[in-house]
Amino acid sequence: MYCDNCKERPATVHITQIHNDKKVEMHLCEACAAKKGTYEMNWGQGLTEGFTLPNLLSGFFGGAMPLVNGPVDTQPSPTSCPDCGMSFHQFTQTGRLGCGQCYDSYASQIEPILRRIHGNTRHLGRVPARSGEKVRLQKTIKDLKKELQDAVSREEYEQAAELRDRIKALERKKEMEERG
Amino acid sequence: MSIADILDRKDVSWMDGSGPDSDIVISSRVRLARNLYKFPFPHLLNDTTGAEVMQQISQAVNRSKDKVIKGLELVTLDTLSALDRKILMEKHLISPEHAIASEPYRGLMVDKKGSLAVMINEEDHLRIQCLLSGLQLNQAYKYAQTVDDALEKLLDYAFSEKMGYLTACPTNVGTGMRASVMLHLPAMALANQISSVVQSITQVGLTVRGMYGEGTEAEGNLYQLSNQVTLGQTEEDIINNLWVITVQLATQERNLRERLQKEIKYQIEDKVMRSYGLLTNARLLTSAEALSLLSDVRMGIEMGILSPVKREVLNQLIVAINPSHVQKAAGRELEPRERDIKRAEIIKEKLLAS
Ligand SMILES: [Zn+2]
Ligand SMILES: [Zn+2]
Repeated sequence: MYCDNCKERPATVHITQIHNDKKVEMHLCEACAAKKGTYEMNWGQGLTEGFTLPNLLSGFFGGAMPLVNGPVDTQPSPTSCPDCGMSFHQFTQTGRLGCGQCYDSYASQIEPILRRIHGNTRHLGRVPARSGEKVRLQKTIKDLKKELQDAVSREEYEQAAELRDRIKALERKKEMEERG
Repeated sequence: MSIADILDRKDVSWMDGSGPDSDIVISSRVRLARNLYKFPFPHLLNDTTGAEVMQQISQAVNRSKDKVIKGLELVTLDTLSALDRKILMEKHLISPEHAIASEPYRGLMVDKKGSLAVMINEEDHLRIQCLLSGLQLNQAYKYAQTVDDALEKLLDYAFSEKMGYLTACPTNVGTGMRASVMLHLPAMALANQISSVVQSITQVGLTVRGMYGEGTEAEGNLYQLSNQVTLGQTEEDIINNLWVITVQLATQERNLRERLQKEIKYQIEDKVMRSYGLLTNARLLTSAEALSLLSDVRMGIEMGILSPVKREVLNQLIVAINPSHVQKAAGRELEPRERDIKRAEIIKEKLLAS
């Protein structure tokens, strides 16, 4: 199915609106939806369906801010994701993040968006057997490193040495798992 | 059956008319979005990094010892013709975006029955999708999960403890799961109940949209119902929620059909018979008109107004009347008007033969 507006790109955004008891459907590409999103949000007692990102973002930023101008930077955040190089402005344009790391890089901006989409910000579903284990390991190492820093700053060297050994052991374990 | 067979055959698994509640529920689908750790999401891939993602996935598939993976066939989309890709789209095995994109690192894996399809480098690196006939959400989820588990043994997924499976679009993050059912709701549409249904369903975290809808109504009275929320709920909760609502809608649709038969018997029978008459006699049929007439006929058969035609045949027709299938049947490219002629022939032949 092609975009109703430009008839060029595939329609990936599906909008259903109830207007005077009639259902009106629109099928748009991301680009056209982003353009429409800024004003379409406001017409009628419309029911917007599809939770499309351009719509959500324009809703999120209160409609006062046209999408094309990007979000206002309320918090200091990287200008681009260190892993993939994508800027947050690009995200507001396309509705797509650049890589998994983006969720971390832009955590403070993404969290309210997640809350708005899902009413939630914490995963409760399945955890993959292997990658999940790796993530847990990484997190433990990160936590221990912080503890180590604290111990060093408190000049508790015995505890620091102990922590260092545990970190080393876990890092070896992680390396081995990565090599399979 | 391989991808070549799937392209030639009229039926893939979801069309076979089996499964509970298949008088109302045409098909059930569960889709899992997964991404590889260390690679940018597909929209940022170039030919080199895209090829690397493809290689990682195909290596995993080749190395896998799991039966469920050994049964899959992998192709890159550039090896398929433009028409064949649209055929796969019309059979609901790949998305429109995947069907018309040109990147050489896009791919597809399918099982022998066409019940499982994995899109590679669509919006996410992996989109594992299981599509079954009737109301079989649990079965579809189990199947997709088995494939997911087997792939995860050999691929490093982008996963965070807090946010779950990380996806290109934040609307999919968490479980990465979208479960959906395609419903045939002609009586509800006749009774003008669709808009209130849409409204109440949105309140419980589900969305409805027409399957082929353009304009004001969902063509063929086919509605797709799916979960909106992917973060903060378990997979089981999502499936259950959708299942419960689906069963309720199916019951409501059946009750309405009974009332129609009691209260406006002649109008309903007339509508069904006229539609059958058109479908078996018309010389020109657009896909929109055909879908709407097929909806009447399907309802008529389920209500016992018309002599039975297998659900399988009706499901195949929903797909066979699409532009690419019509052209494939004709063996050449057709102008829209020529398509309408061929479409009418296909429908007449199918209906009269069964
Ligand atoms: Zn467009
Ligand atoms: Zn990134």
